[in-house]
Amino acid sequence: MSEAIKQLLTQGPKGVNIGLKSFAETLVQNGAATIQVDWRPPAKGDAKLAAAVAKLWNVNLKGEYASIDEANKAVVQKMLDAQPTLIDVVPAGSVIPELTDKVLLHAGPPITFNEMTGPGQGACIGAVVFEGWAKDHAEAEEMLRNNEITFIPCHAVKAVGPMGGITSKSMPVLVVKNVTEGNVAYCQMNEGIGKVMRMGANGPEVLNRLAWMRDTLGPWLSKALKVTENGLNLKVIMGRAVTMGDEFHQRNIAGSAIFLREMAGYLAQVGAPADVFKFLADTDQFFLNCAMAASKATADAAATIKAGTIVTAMSRNGVNFGIKVSGCGDVWFQAPVNKPEGLYFSGYTSEDGNPDIGDSAITETIGLGGVIMAAAPGVIRFVGAGGFTDGIKITEEQQEICIATNPHLQIPTLDFSGGPIGIDVRKVVETGITPIINTGIAHKKAGVGQVGAGTVRAPYGCFEKALYALTEVYGV
Amino acid sequence: MLKTIIKKDSYQDSVSLMLLSTKVQKLEGVTRATVMMATEANHAMFAAAGLLTDEVKAASPNDMAIVIEAESEEIFQSTLAEVEKLLAGGGKKGAASNEGFETVRSFEAAAKELAGANIAMISVPGAFAAGEARKALDAGLHVFMFSDNVSLADEVALKTLAVEKGLLMMGPDCGTAVLAGVPLGFANVLRRGKIGIVGASGTGIQEVACLIDRTGEGISHAIGTGGRDLSKEVQGRTARLAVQALIADAATEVLVVISKPPAKEVEELLLADLRQAGKPVVVMFLGSERTGTEGNITFTNSLIGAAEAAVAVARGEQIKPATFAPAPAATPTGTLVKGLFTGGTLAGEAAQILAELLPGEGGADHHEDGVFFQRDGHQIIDFGDDVYTRGRAHPMIDPRTRNEAIVNAAQDPTTGVILLDVVIGYGAHPDPATGLVETLASVGELKVPVIASVTGTEGDPQKFAAQRTILESAGIIVASSNAEAATWAAQIVVK
Repeated sequence: MSEAIKQLLTQGPKGVNIGLKSFAETLVQNGAATIQVDWRPPAKGDAKLAAAVAKLWNVNLKGEYASIDEANKAVVQKMLDAQPTLIDVVPAGSVIPELTDKVLLHAGPPITFNEMTGPGQGACIGAVVFEGWAKDHAEAEEMLRNNEITFIPCHAVKAVGPMGGITSKSMPVLVVKNVTEGNVAYCQMNEGIGKVMRMGANGPEVLNRLAWMRDTLGPWLSKALKVTENGLNLKVIMGRAVTMGDEFHQRNIAGSAIFLREMAGYLAQVGAPADVFKFLADTDQFFLNCAMAASKATADAAATIKAGTIVTAMSRNGVNFGIKVSGCGDVWFQAPVNKPEGLYFSGYTSEDGNPDIGDSAITETIGLGGVIMAAAPGVIRFVGAGGFTDGIKITEEQQEICIATNPHLQIPTLDFSGGPIGIDVRKVVETGITPIINTGIAHKKAGVGQVGAGTVRAPYGCFEKALYALTEVYGV
Repeated sequence: MLKTIIKKDSYQDSVSLMLLSTKVQKLEGVTRATVMMATEANHAMFAAAGLLTDEVKAASPNDMAIVIEAESEEIFQSTLAEVEKLLAGGGKKGAASNEGFETVRSFEAAAKELAGANIAMISVPGAFAAGEARKALDAGLHVFMFSDNVSLADEVALKTLAVEKGLLMMGPDCGTAVLAGVPLGFANVLRRGKIGIVGASGTGIQEVACLIDRTGEGISHAIGTGGRDLSKEVQGRTARLAVQALIADAATEVLVVISKPPAKEVEELLLADLRQAGKPVVVMFLGSERTGTEGNITFTNSLIGAAEAAVAVARGEQIKPATFAPAPAATPTGTLVKGLFTGGTLAGEAAQILAELLPGEGGADHHEDGVFFQRDGHQIIDFGDDVYTRGRAHPMIDPRTRNEAIVNAAQDPTTGVILLDVVIGYGAHPDPATGLVETLASVGELKVPVIASVTGTEGDPQKFAAQRTILESAGIIVASSNAEAATWAAQIVVK
């Protein structure tokens, strides 16, 4: 008789219960260990899609990787091995050759000015005035409406940008190098909260702050970074900050504090003025943009592996949500964005909220942000009226669509187990669980700014499209 | 009226305060309200909401500002009290699981979470059941599959894979199993003992096991196979492996095999295995005429017969044919037996008995649409048949369809006796006896004799004796086995 049967009859059942909950209850009442699977039809009950995803399990490949699973492991290994390091802060145009006069970067998959939502349009107008391409806001809007400005997605030039993501050539960007792979990524610096350009505000206070960041903050940080031996290893900061309650999207206060602590000596050494220190001390979310650039440098390294089913970019332009997938090359799979659900500042309601926007979902792409909600008890309640256990449930749920855990991000509230990493399109499609993204909520009108914060789900449609594309790539 | 209260040096995080503000704003009579820390950044938000009062402006960042615009002073005060209460209350606790088990969303996550899992219980819609079973078998888990509507081809493929891997594939359409004393699916709480059961039917296993339990003997294991296992196509793959498992199992001293008559060649394979068992075996192929002992195998033709034979063998006693007490006195007005069942095998056994005892011939050979017996107006219907369970739960859980039929039968002047089964145990209705009594009470004065038997044990959550008492107090005649109940029903209408 087989060992398995002998074991069952001598030890009794220890059961995985898929379906009727009462069967699990019976086992528990009789002292047998069990776990319940909250079963739903695969692929949300879409038989054609379920059949397509079923074909993508156990696919053997010819070439470097023996199977999709092996390719996926390699993709995630690149993510785990990345060492994103902040090496400089420079004007965007000096490192992104495409960023010349009358060119703007934007968040998300390609979009035109006229298609953009309020925050993106407001930021464009502000940027055109900031660069001096127009004498005032009216002229700037006219130029933009007449398509006199060229748009490039940030993602196409190794960059990411928060919310509207509007970046012009003289704006300072963080330069983050993944020293493992040698690739670099860029992101603007965080402007603070309230009236800020990423939310579409474009008045004098916004433009003055940007000018100060360009003329003062950026150059001083650059000088200070030059004094460091090898730049600032952001992965190390993240490993520490995650144990202090940051998830690097909604909450970065620990990361920002560590950043300032690490940089303070160097900034003092080069003689940086007080307002630089004050800005870094006051800006709770300063580290978010560092984490975004670090995530981009990490995800781009992973995307060098041109096989598998792992998500290597997630982003939204206010209209569409786009994802890129390791086996599908440089293609956006898009679906209309969802509207974030969350808490609104006094005087605002969900009516005022702009649809989901920004490149910041690059953090969730590599297993930060909403994916590790459990790590940040301080912001868990943005997901609704729930408590601490809801945060743990979210991270456990997200683990179901990821193929690995990240040993570099040990989450205290999960007994120091690593956070989920490596979102597998097949798992998303099969389970119907989509990545959850922590996000700020911009007012839908240009210039008002942030009106709340909450969470939003990546739309299932992106993953459905990617899955069908994968069946063609792999000929199944 | 717009009023501001400043709480000096009293910090709370912004999320708490946003949640609180949202609640306060919904209170009746409150025009606007917000509670925030009076930081400079928040000043702008107070201003945007039109609530930047002088008090807020003067407050320091560590102060909490409560600004309320209310219709009256009274409402302001009650709102303020509510704010204080909410501030004191803190966050509410999340919904912790107190069910004793964790819940995840996929088999993969479950298998990872529950180290050492050895069985998957599958009760998802039939179209998806085979896929889940394949994952479980691939992961080295035995399968208990309650799901039905699984194709024959899938069943054969799954069972072939299971046999290769030395795993038990119980089902599809397997209602019950008891492994090392732990009930799976619809099952009873049984005394542990030396009799092992392999059965192709759920209620058949339950009835035999409960009858054995009532004698004081016990069950080592009961392994279900699903109703099609002994067909020509499936070749008894699970039954034969289960028989081998019980032969090898040290706790099992007597084997009982229960099934409809198998396909001829499968029967030969199975009997050949059983002859080699080295242990006494009791076989009951429901509807087969075969009785008597050949070598180590004793054939019986009823569930009570199988139970009594197994107990006798286990005790080293002489096997005697099952006998029943004479039917209690009853005065039927009509002449027809109306058997209304929830268990398929129980209906089948009753059908065989009526076919033998009632005048006339035939009527028990087919059971389309759950009709197990039909002769001259006599009828036995299984309400667990697919026809009656589409879009609703099995009648052992939700007895409404059978209850309607009971009401009709009770009001039908041709009805001579109503014959019922009452199955208790895990998975079944929490109190089926009371449900039946209430149903009969709704008809008014009970004119038709009602005979029932209870399949269950004292260990079951519903408790055998308690269910029996409820039925008897309402004037229902309770037999000690399903076979006895059917025999009595025939005797009452025939005499």
